[in-house]
Amino acid sequence: MNVTVKYFAVCHEMLDRSEEEMELPDGATIKTILERLEEEWPEIAEFYEVMQMSVNWEYATEHTELAEGDEVALIPPVTGGNNV
Amino acid sequence: MFKITSEVITGEEVREAVEGPDAGAVVLFFGTVRNNTDGRPVECLEYEAYPPMAEKKMAEIAQEISDKWGLDRVAMVHRVGKLEIGEVSVAVAVASPHRKDGFEACKYAMDRLKQIVPIWKREVWADGEAEWVKPDAVFFDAPKPHKTASQID
Repeated sequence: MNVTVKYFAVCHEMLDRSEEEMELPDGATIKTILERLEEEWPEIAEFYEVMQMSVNWEYATEHTELAEGDEVALIPPVTGGNNV
Repeated sequence: MFKITSEVITGEEVREAVEGPDAGAVVLFFGTVRNNTDGRPVECLEYEAYPPMAEKKMAEIAQEISDKWGLDRVAMVHRVGKLEIGEVSVAVAVASPHRKDGFEACKYAMDRLKQIVPIWKREVWADGEAEWVKPDAVFFDAPKPHKTASQID
């Protein structure tokens, strides 16, 4: 199956692209994508604990199963605001 | 109205989006670009968003406000791109029959916006450096990607 993967902010900068198409095996999860990215960018693992993922505009986990045509995004920590 | 825009935010559009004859209060919040972060001079800010998801999450926050306070007129707009000092990066408007609920709901909207709406801020410092902000720190010395053999032309 084919999915679109989007990269924002620090991920966009690190990977030097904002999105790409990925061909994945049936039964693939977000973890499949993360493992593939790790081959290219090993340090990405350091960001996993602070990064979130989404599928079709909804937050997801690395165990979320993917389907043909899904839009996946890596969501680095959002703007935040430690001062309120 | 829930919108990501690259246009200047005046606040009129969010105010107009929530106004109505049953409102006794319209609470309007502006987030603006500050000239420093913890004392370090800031030159400008750059915002990036994931627009369709950001607008969906804004709508979810409005639903939460409807559930908690029974207020159904909430509007949010967030700007992206390069913003100069003093410019408005985000505007939130909440209409309510009485001001107390409006103030509380507006604060809630901003707190939630910063938690769940996918928008990122890059600080460009006056000394020329720049970095993406994360909630409790910034990404210092972010690692560079390693190119695999197949990617090297």
